[in-house]
Amino acid sequence: MKHKDILEPEISLLLETVYQKYHYDFRQYSEAHIRRRIMNRMAMSGLEDVSQMRSKILNDETFASRLLQDLSITVTEMFRDPGFYRSLRENVIPVLKTYPFIKIWHAGCSTGEEAYSMSIILQEEGLYDRTTIYATDFNQQALNKAKEGIFSNELMKEYTINYQLSGGKESFSGYYTSNYNNVIMNQSLKKNIVWANHNLVTDGVFAEVHLILCRNVLIYFERDLQNKVQALFYNSLINGGILCLGSKEGLRFTDLYEEYVELDKKQRIFKKKY
Amino acid sequence: MMQYEAIVVGVSSGGMNAMKVLFSILPKDFSIPVIIVQHVSSHSDNQWIKILNDKSDLYIKEADEKEKIEQGTAYIAPANYHLLIGKNKTFSLTVDERVNFARPSIDVLFESAAEVYKSKLIGVVLTGSNNDGTKGIKRIKEYGGLAIIQDPETAESAYMPASAITAVKADYILSLEDISYLLIQLGNGIKTYLT
Ligand SMILES: C[S@@+](CC[C@H](N)C(=O)[O-])C[C@H]1O[C@@H](n2cnc3c(N)ncnc32)[C@H](O)[C@@H]1O
Repeated sequence: MKHKDILEPEISLLLETVYQKYHYDFRQYSEAHIRRRIMNRMAMSGLEDVSQMRSKILNDETFASRLLQDLSITVTEMFRDPGFYRSLRENVIPVLKTYPFIKIWHAGCSTGEEAYSMSIILQEEGLYDRTTIYATDFNQQALNKAKEGIFSNELMKEYTINYQLSGGKESFSGYYTSNYNNVIMNQSLKKNIVWANHNLVTDGVFAEVHLILCRNVLIYFERDLQNKVQALFYNSLINGGILCLGSKEGLRFTDLYEEYVELDKKQRIFKKKY
Repeated sequence: MMQYEAIVVGVSSGGMNAMKVLFSILPKDFSIPVIIVQHVSSHSDNQWIKILNDKSDLYIKEADEKEKIEQGTAYIAPANYHLLIGKNKTFSLTVDERVNFARPSIDVLFESAAEVYKSKLIGVVLTGSNNDGTKGIKRIKEYGGLAIIQDPETAESAYMPASAITAVKADYILSLEDISYLLIQLGNGIKTYLT
């Protein structure tokens, strides 16, 4: 049996339709990522081909929003990559301590685990009260969950290990209260987090910040779009501000490579030159 | 004679030993790029890839995101990321949900590679104790690619190759050494009668 081909022009047309009708711009997302998610959605929804999917997008808003969820991958963890958070404590916190007030931007914060991890570190380092954390994503559903701060109890075992590996010395269970199958994060961790809907592709600079974390978002973009978003980050950082990327993301192939110094090469932490 | 453009390899438990054998045989400048998913712990770093490379004639590296796929190179998926292939023959990494409890998943690589290389793809399933790779090798066959599966009797863990064998009509079922020599022949464009 020959498998039905999934053609690039059909996918481009579909993404164009999504953009025209819903103003979400996936046109420069990783082709391989988009193809995989579209194939999966076609199989799950019993669709024949991409053009059938396209007409469903035009006529069925519920289906369209499901596709948005498919394309936005919200998989995340607290203290994901403990080595990164260890380096954050060692190399970034001392820089932040030199500022009278601190602004941090989590771009692509998903369901908030990364921002809560940051809150915990800032509290432990005595910096939380002079910090504002902007946690943004273009996925409103994920943001709503982030705002609630309710996570599955099952995950806490893994998060506790991550926290300890990252150099955390407190009792991790002190940061939440358990409620049957769920835990709710302490109110004190939320109070300085501002959750906001922001699309990295179509929205601009909204604040000047001291630190940006954008981890495991840019891997979903093709190079040109990565470059464009890197320019947005550059323009949002103060001089001497710090940019943290995911463990497989870098600046080497962007136009801005020369504009940063590496604070930690392995953990992908960069400092904007003065 | 078919000119193959890529080889994708899936390997799980028993993989470290299997990789050593494969790379003791594949030559420097091997003409077909080799792309590997090996299941490793999500916290493992890429030190083992460097060690493997030190002992191999063929250049082995971790696959970087958006990196162009070249011949003379073997690429290994980084721990905790799925490895996908774009139509422009570059890699994409994702942190999507695990597939078959695995990230990287062999199925994810095989399926995306099949869609890109179609009949010019060789899929290889080696030792392992789960069924990741079974759906993927099936997809490769559907697109007209070649399916090579390690003889379960010769595998450190028989389950994964045995599972693949039940799903497709394999083109070759061989020991790891024979698979390595077969790949060299296929790389040289030699029509082979080894079965
Ligand atoms: C894999 S998650 C990463 C979460 C977290 N930063 C981490 O590393 O664990 C990727 C997130 O990026 C978001 N995202 C993707 N495209 C975006 C865009 N154009 N603007 C804002 N957020 C985006 C997704 O909605 C998703 O929540």
